[in-house]
Amino acid sequence: MNYLEINNVNKSYGNKKVLDGISISVPKQSIYGLLGPNGAGKTTLIRIINQITMPDTGQVLLDGKPLSPDDVAIIGYLPEERGLYKKMKVGEQAIYLAQLKGLDKNTADKRLRRWFVKFGITEWWDKKVEELSKGMQQKVQFIVTVIHEPKLLIFDEPFSGFDPVNVNLLKKEILQLREDGATILFSTHNMASVEELCDNIMLINKGVKILEGGVNEIKQQYKTHKYEMVIRPFNEGINIPEGHTILDMADDRNGNIHITVQSENANALIKNILDEGELISYNEILPSMNDIFINLVTSNH
Amino acid sequence: MKTLKHLKPMKISIIIQREYLTRVKKKSFLIITFLTPILFAALMFLPAILMVNSEKFEEKKVIAVCDESGMFKGKFEDTDANSFLYLDQDFNEVKNLVKEGVYDGVLYIPATELNIPTNAEIYSKIPLPITLTSHIKSSMKQVIEHQKLLAFGIDPDIVRSAMSTAITLQTVRMDEVNGEEVEKKSFGELEMMLGLFLAVIIYFAIFLFGGQVMRGVIEEKTNRIIEVIICSVKPFELMMGKIVGIALVGLTQFVLWVVLSFGIYTIATMATGTPDLLSSGTVMTEQISDVQQITQDNEMIKDVMDVVNSINFSAILWSFLLYFIGGYLLYAAMFAATGSACDNETDSQQFTLPISAPMILSIIFATTIANAPNSSLSIWLSMIPFTSPIAMMLRIPYGVPYWQIGVSLAILVLTFILFTWFAAKIYRTGILMYGKKTSWKEIFKWLKY
Repeated sequence: MNYLEINNVNKSYGNKKVLDGISISVPKQSIYGLLGPNGAGKTTLIRIINQITMPDTGQVLLDGKPLSPDDVAIIGYLPEERGLYKKMKVGEQAIYLAQLKGLDKNTADKRLRRWFVKFGITEWWDKKVEELSKGMQQKVQFIVTVIHEPKLLIFDEPFSGFDPVNVNLLKKEILQLREDGATILFSTHNMASVEELCDNIMLINKGVKILEGGVNEIKQQYKTHKYEMVIRPFNEGINIPEGHTILDMADDRNGNIHITVQSENANALIKNILDEGELISYNEILPSMNDIFINLVTSNH
Repeated sequence: MKTLKHLKPMKISIIIQREYLTRVKKKSFLIITFLTPILFAALMFLPAILMVNSEKFEEKKVIAVCDESGMFKGKFEDTDANSFLYLDQDFNEVKNLVKEGVYDGVLYIPATELNIPTNAEIYSKIPLPITLTSHIKSSMKQVIEHQKLLAFGIDPDIVRSAMSTAITLQTVRMDEVNGEEVEKKSFGELEMMLGLFLAVIIYFAIFLFGGQVMRGVIEEKTNRIIEVIICSVKPFELMMGKIVGIALVGLTQFVLWVVLSFGIYTIATMATGTPDLLSSGTVMTEQISDVQQITQDNEMIKDVMDVVNSINFSAILWSFLLYFIGGYLLYAAMFAATGSACDNETDSQQFTLPISAPMILSIIFATTIANAPNSSLSIWLSMIPFTSPIAMMLRIPYGVPYWQIGVSLAILVLTFILFTWFAAKIYRTGILMYGKKTSWKEIFKWLKY
């Protein structure tokens, strides 16, 4: 079942079309990657889901129902451009932001203290935000995003500003949130994290959707039939028959040959090779999301 | 106004609370709140205290008098600050003595052919206070007038009694209250001062607190917290919460100022021993005027008190509050829109000047309005919502028909609603715009989004 459904959304600012007939479906309890170069319309789309901006035409369905103003209580949004009141105390501010999401003061306080323990920042409760390091501010920001236990979470570049240790902590938390039932929309440029976290993705460029689907299916769809194999030849050298393109071939010091080859008919190739040597390893090289992204966006220009 | 329907009363009150508490808890708020009345009191009382006691601060000056005409011997009265020594020595000798510092100065009155001198010279190494020179001048004048009258064969006492006729011109305004005719004594200067005082307070209050709204909006923008907040609340709620929160800060400060000023006033009058301000004014006048003038002054004070009693202070207080709130809300909405269009405070100047122009204009016209509170210019300025908070304050001590206040307030409220609506539209778009300098053209485009 799809938790979030966007149907044919259009948005223009003046004469500039920012979103052109965008439709996406986000299955419940999945992580959905929203990819696209700068200025593609990701932020506008996210703002529409957050009801910060209204679409010109089109519809956004949350849990099967059109968005209503009350839904802000079940959406958690971590914007790319984020910040806190510098002069306010951390705990006080977190409670304030939680209250704005509809929590009462006591619940907010209780939950926040739990999160602060989890993230190891309890001693910062009474400090002013300006005394915190950037990374700590980001942690506080993450906590206030999830504090009201939203059913739909929207993270815009959540890992920017974190060191690798905290990126891992955050990834763990995001996966846990999905386990706990949240549906997550995830906008990023960081393709490695997309492959690691996302179940489905959508690629948007200049306001137009150019790709949507499961991460694995997309990789299959865009595979270039590249294989990497290691062979121990019976004699000296091996022959690759016609019809297969050798991209790279090298000997290692054990006398093994490493071959990268492109072939529409890999099985035939392997049959040939087995006559000439021992096949030690065989791998299909699937394109990385990064390659697909760059490929599609540049060819789109 | 689709958004109004969905306003959450709870959320807006949380915002108001934060805006209010963070400002009231600031050290600078406490300092300004407590220091301002003290500074103000100092400004009001110090000159009075200094004037009353000025002679105590000065060393007594000894003035030698070289009177060649021989008419002024013993005619200069010694005061707390000066004493006069009448010398028969040659003027140049005395001048040397002044140079050596024996005397502080020498007053030289040369003999004239007609035997009635009208000019004199005073020499000193140090600058002499004006009180001294005017004391000498008036003493000489009296002596000479006396002499002249005698020369004409007129009894100086008759002239004096003839000259001291005091004229009192009482301005009385005929008014109608609840169908009954009421005559009110008026006293232009007092009403003018009161009007100017109220107008200046409104002017500063609107800029002070309106400016705070703008800075608050810019702060949220530069902090980048704005997007975090408006995914929880409507931009309109955030804007109104800020405006109302800061208005409450202003009212708190205002109430504290009134209470503190009253406290300080009581303490100060007790400490200086002057029963009240008006009589401390008389203390000053007493010293320069003669006996007849005091009775005249007392009558004047009685008139002033009559006028003070005739001024409708509760009406003034209420309209002050209403115009402060109305004017503040109107300007605060504009300041909020301005803040939303700017990334930092320096950018905001191109917008704040045109916005504040009507206010500055009404301050420029302040004395004109106070001089002619019922001229068509004054009435128009007190109807135009951008100038009415100040213009009405200038007119109100003279008494303004209730229907005019009503109409003016209604226009103010309607304009405020209209401008808040515009401001909300600009604000909604502006707070999410970063990095480019906004032009007026751009802002008008935002109104259509």
